Amino acid sequence: MGLKPSDVEGIAHLARLRIAPEDVPRYAQDLSSILAFVERLEAADTEGVTPLAHPLDMAQRLRPDEVTETDQRERFQAIAPRVEQGLYLVPKVIE
Amino acid sequence: MHDLSAAELAAGLRKGDFTSQELTRHFLDRIGRLDERLNSFITVTADQALAEAAAADRRLAAGEGGPLTGIPYAHKDIFCTDGVRTSCGSRMLDDFIAPYDATVTERLRAAGAVMLGKTNMDEFAMGSSNETSYYGPVRNPWDTDRVPGGSSGGSAAAVAAGLAPLATGTDTGGSIRQPAALCGITGIKPTYGRVSRWGMIAFASSLDQGGAMARSAEDCALLLQAMAGFDPRDSTSAERPVDDYLAALARPLEGLRVGLPREYFGEGLDPRMAGVVEAAVGVLEGLGAQRVEISLPNMELSVPTYYIVAPAECSSNLSRYDGVRFGYRCQDPVDLEDLYKRSRGEGFGAEVKRRIMIGTYALSAGYYDAYYLKAQQVRQLIVEDFRRAFESVDLVLGPTSPTPAFRLGEKVDDPVTMYLSDIYTIGVNLAGLPGMSVPAGFIDGLPAGVQLIGNYFDEARLLNVAHRYQQATDWHRRTPEGFA
Repeated sequence: MGLKPSDVEGIAHLARLRIAPEDVPRYAQDLSSILAFVERLEAADTEGVTPLAHPLDMAQRLRPDEVTETDQRERFQAIAPRVEQGLYLVPKVIE
Repeated sequence: MHDLSAAELAAGLRKGDFTSQELTRHFLDRIGRLDERLNSFITVTADQALAEAAAADRRLAAGEGGPLTGIPYAHKDIFCTDGVRTSCGSRMLDDFIAPYDATVTERLRAAGAVMLGKTNMDEFAMGSSNETSYYGPVRNPWDTDRVPGGSSGGSAAAVAAGLAPLATGTDTGGSIRQPAALCGITGIKPTYGRVSRWGMIAFASSLDQGGAMARSAEDCALLLQAMAGFDPRDSTSAERPVDDYLAALARPLEGLRVGLPREYFGEGLDPRMAGVVEAAVGVLEGLGAQRVEISLPNMELSVPTYYIVAPAECSSNLSRYDGVRFGYRCQDPVDLEDLYKRSRGEGFGAEVKRRIMIGTYALSAGYYDAYYLKAQQVRQLIVEDFRRAFESVDLVLGPTSPTPAFRLGEKVDDPVTMYLSDIYTIGVNLAGLPGMSVPAGFIDGLPAGVQLIGNYFDEARLLNVAHRYQQATDWHRRTPEGFA
């Protein structure tokens, strides 16, 4: 199934990616060829096959419910694009 | 010194033939002189390396340390390194100074290995040619008009050119094995869960696995021994002891059953590559192995399966790059949505954006069952194929890549053609099995590799078979002209 430029714009919005208008046709073409390629899977008989999410049979480990992380806010905020008084700054969300 | 193996370097350090500081200076000097032809490093950490080498020399003088103490290595720029830029080959992380060490980094530091720098790679490990890096493509030392493979192309080129004796890599669909094959070196991707993923920047979490790259299987064994092991900080880390890889290297191969999947020798395989594989099987037969014809009937579906599963996981993993807490942020965003969209749109390159969009689409309402669920079912069939095969063989052998190194620019405009470069390696990641590429010949002056695929946690056997093969051949000892 081919994607139209408007489909690409919709997907890019869901993924929060800005795609320049002049690049949209190229993405539509590339994504369509990738989708046409993966549609080969339709031919596989998967009736009754359990989907596999993870390669190894393993259960999630549990650990004691104890605090293990220390406060490293200053360290982490030192690499943030914009912070003020210990807070991450973003454009105003609520007027 | 760059023509010695890591094992020989370790012996030389102990005998006093040279110090770690001399060794480190030697490799830093080679990087300084030769890497402008390859672009295999994104960051060279010369001062830190010399300080680590001095510390290693003190440990060695005191009779302490292990087999990697004082040995330089190149670290793929996907592993976090405390205080050192960790870019993942992306503009998004161009100014990201990691605030902590990955478990792999920490383990190599504790072993006394000396980090020379961080190697170039496809952006977020998405690519098979190293052409998607924000820092420009890496060039293959055997022919600088050709790609080194990817995504661990910087690591592979650095080892092949003698700029580092050892390098780390990661492999989500072939990213250790394919560049190892294209650059004529040895590389092993262990079983999923064997090497900790903590601090290794995530691409597709059910497939990503760190591993070792070096000239020989013996050197891979040395490096992997230090990298592998249980890590409580990685929720999918395997809680089982690590085998003694070095002790297993010399085991005889009598009676070894080598499975040759008929699907790996069909159309699309360069006949000269088939000849290289056939010759390698002959060498193993001479060492006592026996060939068994097998079938992996669903293998042709592994690439399409991967290009649903990996983008789906990538679209989720890469949602963390939002321009707020770390990484690239666009100029003067007008509102929060603009901040997200432009930071991501400008911070990510085209291939990363393609994969994020494919994953977003495959996971979106109305398409989930047709794409993602279907791919997970086919993934189960692929795993069952391997399980059945390992009932009658000890390892599976085939080509690593369909062709030797291709030219820069040859495939970069055609994503699907590029994706097919990994046709023989991807199934191994989907199944979580260990896989290895071993130099096995040359085609038109370019290296060719064979792939060994083992059963779960059978890394020791892969290394053993590769080592015995390398005792009988010298393909892994060849060095590219101009980098002698």
